[in-house]
Amino acid sequence: MMNKQYYEQLKETLYANDLANGLQVYLLPKPEMSKTFAIFATDYGSIDQTFVPINQKDYITVPDGIAHFLEHKLFEKEDRDVFQDFTKRGASANAFTSFTKTAYLFSATEEIENNVETLLDFVQEPYFSDQSVEKEKGIIAQEIRMYDDQADWRAFFGTIGNMYHNHPVQIDIAGTVDSIQAITKEDLYTCYETFYHPSNMILFITGNFEPENMMQLIEANQQKKTFKTLNTIDRSFSNELPTVAKQKTVLEMPVSVPKCMVGIKENLQTVEANFMQQDLLADMLLDHFYSKSGVFYHELYEKDLIDDNFSFESNREKNFAFSVLGGNTTKPDQLADTIKEQLLRWKNTSLTPSEFERMKRKKTGELLRSMNSLETIAQQFIHYKTLGFDYFNLLPILDEITIEDANDYLQSWINDENVTVFQIMPTTEEK
Amino acid sequence: MTISNEKISKQNGYQLHVINTKKFKTIHIVLKFRAPLTKENITKRALLPFVLQQGTTSYPTQNKFRQALDNLYGSELNMDGAKKGNNHILTLRMEIANQGYLTTDTNIFHEAVKLLHEVIYSPKASNGAFDENIVTREKQTLKQKIHSIIDNKMSYANMRLIDEMCAEEAYRLHVHGYEDDLESINAQTLYQYYQELLSKDQMDIYVLGDFSSINVEDTISSYFNHDRHTQSIENSKETYNVETTKEIEEQQNIQQAKLHLGYRTDITYGDSLYPALQVFNGVFGGFPSSKLFINVREKNSLAYYAASRFESHKGLLLVFSGIAPNDYKQAKQIILEQMEAMKKGEFSEEDVEESKKQVKNQWKETIDHPNGLIEILYHQVLANADRTPTEVLTQINHVAKSDLMEVASKLQLDTVYFLTAQGGKNDE
Repeated sequence: MMNKQYYEQLKETLYANDLANGLQVYLLPKPEMSKTFAIFATDYGSIDQTFVPINQKDYITVPDGIAHFLEHKLFEKEDRDVFQDFTKRGASANAFTSFTKTAYLFSATEEIENNVETLLDFVQEPYFSDQSVEKEKGIIAQEIRMYDDQADWRAFFGTIGNMYHNHPVQIDIAGTVDSIQAITKEDLYTCYETFYHPSNMILFITGNFEPENMMQLIEANQQKKTFKTLNTIDRSFSNELPTVAKQKTVLEMPVSVPKCMVGIKENLQTVEANFMQQDLLADMLLDHFYSKSGVFYHELYEKDLIDDNFSFESNREKNFAFSVLGGNTTKPDQLADTIKEQLLRWKNTSLTPSEFERMKRKKTGELLRSMNSLETIAQQFIHYKTLGFDYFNLLPILDEITIEDANDYLQSWINDENVTVFQIMPTTEEK
Repeated sequence: MTISNEKISKQNGYQLHVINTKKFKTIHIVLKFRAPLTKENITKRALLPFVLQQGTTSYPTQNKFRQALDNLYGSELNMDGAKKGNNHILTLRMEIANQGYLTTDTNIFHEAVKLLHEVIYSPKASNGAFDENIVTREKQTLKQKIHSIIDNKMSYANMRLIDEMCAEEAYRLHVHGYEDDLESINAQTLYQYYQELLSKDQMDIYVLGDFSSINVEDTISSYFNHDRHTQSIENSKETYNVETTKEIEEQQNIQQAKLHLGYRTDITYGDSLYPALQVFNGVFGGFPSSKLFINVREKNSLAYYAASRFESHKGLLLVFSGIAPNDYKQAKQIILEQMEAMKKGEFSEEDVEESKKQVKNQWKETIDHPNGLIEILYHQVLANADRTPTEVLTQINHVAKSDLMEVASKLQLDTVYFLTAQGGKNDE
C-alpha cells in the first residue's frame, strides 16, 4: 500500500511503499521542476568486505575495491553498454560508490518512465564475463592513478588511514592497482547476489512525474522478477580501538604548497536514537569554530597559517564517525600544533545563547538551501533512511536541540588519543 | 513548460533582471560587473573578491561580517572573477532563505539587500584606500592561489594550452592574475581602480526566487541607486587562420599524463551556427556516449576520461584526456581520427538526434539550478543577442546533420599540448 505523508514546514509530499520483495520505494513529486532525478541504491560500500554470502554459512573476505569494481561492471551487458540506453533518450546516467553505499542514478527531462524501467532492469540483471572483468582492470587502474595525483584526495585518505587500526573505512574506495588484479567474475557474482537483493535496496525518485502511475509501474516491474530468499546479511567488522592508529604521518608529493590535515576520530560502534542530532551537532560545531565566521578560523587566519582552501567535513555512518579539517599551509607543523591546541580548549568551552542561536539559524538556512537540489534530497534521504531515520525531520530535530546538548557534545569530543595529523610536503628533489 | 519568465527593467546605471519561480526554497541575488579583459586590470580584478569579502564599515572584520551573514539565517555570499570571451566578469552571489519556510518576522530579503549594498559600496576603507593589512594579506592569498594552479593537473594543462594557443590574444590572460603585477598593487591603487569599476563597468543585477509577497524592484532600487558612467563594450568578431598546428610538450613528476587539444571554431553565442556547435560537441565529445569517450576510453581502454567542451564567447573547442604517458601517440591518433570522422560526416542521423536530446536535457537541467539559470540568461547580455533560452531549445530542434558538417568544416586544430611524466618515452 502506498503511504502518503505531507511535511508542513517544507511544503513537500512524500509517497512511500515497501514492496513484497523487500524493496523500499520513495517518490517525491516536484512538478515545478523540469527534470526528474532517480537513484537506486544498495546498502553496500567499500567497507563491506567480510560477510556471509547469500545461502552460505561461512564468512569470506573479498579484494579491496570490489564494490566500486562491481559498480563499473553493472553498466556493461552482453550486447551493449547501458549508458547508451539512457543517452538515446537524452538522459544522463551515473553511479558512485562510497564507504557504505553503491548507487545508480539518472536524471532526465523526457521519457521518465522508460528511464526508470531501464534503471531497475540494468541494476537487477547483471552480466559479468572473464573478458570484460579483465578489460575493466585497465580502466579502473587509470582512475586510481588519477586520484593518486590528487593531493587533496591523498590527504583525506591519508588522514583516515592514520585514524583507523582495522576498520575498512581506511581502504581507498577504488582499491589499489594491485588489489583489483585479484578480482574475478565469480567474486562479482557472490557480492552481487548478496548485496543487491531488493530487501537491501532503496529506490528514490524526485522531480516532474505523476506518483500513482510511477508506483504502479515500479510494482509491475518488480513482480516480474524472482529473487532468492534473504533474511539478513551477516557482515563482520574487526574490533576498532577508540584511539587513533597513528599520531602523525608525512607524505611527499609534487605539490607547490604543503598541506596539513587534522583528523578527529569518534568512538561510534552502533547507531543510537540521537544519531541525527549528533550528525547535526558535529557539523554545526565545526562550522561554528572553523567556518569564516568562526573564532578558531580567525586565529588561524591572523597567524597566517591557512589560505582559502581550508575546509572541514564530518562523516558519520553506522559504525564509524570522524571529522577532517585542514588545507594548504606554508607552516604545516605550526598549523597542526595550533589546531590541536584549539581542539583541547573545547573541554572547557561553553557556547553563549546568542552563539547557539546563530548556529541554529545558519543550519536552518543551509538545510533549506540543500533542498534546492534534487540530487542532495535523494542522496541525503537514502543516507538517513538506511540508518533508520527520516531526512525530512532534520528541521524539527534541529529545532529541538538545546544549548546543553551542544555543550555536552563539544566538551566530550576531544581526548588525548583521538586526534591525528597528516601532512603532504613538496617532494624534496624538486624545487 | 516555461524556461523562465525573466523581467528586465532599466534602472539608474544598471539592468535589473527579476525571475519569479517556485522551484527553490531560497532567493538568489546576483550582481555582474563586466569590463574588457586587459593585462593592466586582470590582477586587480582577481584580487578584489578577496579584499571585498574581508569586511565592511559596519562589520569591519571578516569574522564579524560572516557572523552577520550567519545571523541572517545562514545567508551565503561569494564573489569571483571569470573570463567570458574577451570580457572579465566579476560576479557577486548572495543566497538567502525564503521567508516562507521560516518562523521569523524579520524581513530577510530587505536585510540581505542592505548588507549586499554595504559590501559593495561601503567596504572597509578610509582616506581613499582599502585597509592596508587586508590588502597585504590578501595579496599573499592570491599569490598562493597563483602558485597552486600547478597542483591541479587538469586545470594546469588547460591553462597551459590556452597560454600557447592564444599567446597574442586577451583571452590568454590568467583569471587569477600575475605575481609580477601583484607586487605593484597597494591599498590605494586597488581602491582607485575599484571606484573606476563601480562607475564604469557594465552592471546587471539578477534576483531569482518565489516572490509571492516581496516587492523586488522597489527594494533593490531603493539601495542600488547610484549615478554611473558605464562604458559600452563592443563585441568585435575575431577570425583566425591557423597556418601550422603548434605542438607543445612539458614534463612533470606525475603518474597520469594529460593530452589537451585546442581547436578554433569561429562560432560564438550570437552566431546562427551556435546551436549546431552544441549538437556537434554532443556527438564528438560532450557526453559519455560521444565518439571521444567511446573510442578513446571504451574501445581502447586508453583513458579514464576523454571529452570536449566549447567556449561560448571565444570560439574555441577544447579536448581533454588523461592517459598513460606511453599511450601518447595512439591516443592522439584516435582523437584526430574522431575529428576526421566528424568532418567526413561519419555519424548517423540517430547520433544527431540523440545528441540533440542530450543537449536539450542538459539545458533543462541547468535551468533547474538557480545559478545555472542566471548564467544561461547572462549569455544574452554578453553576446548582446536576443536569443532567449527557449529560442535556443527550438533552434536545437532544427539542427540537421549537414549543419554539423558545416561546423566541422570550420574547425581548425590550433595547438596540441601534452603534459607527461619525467623521462617518459612517447615517441615509440
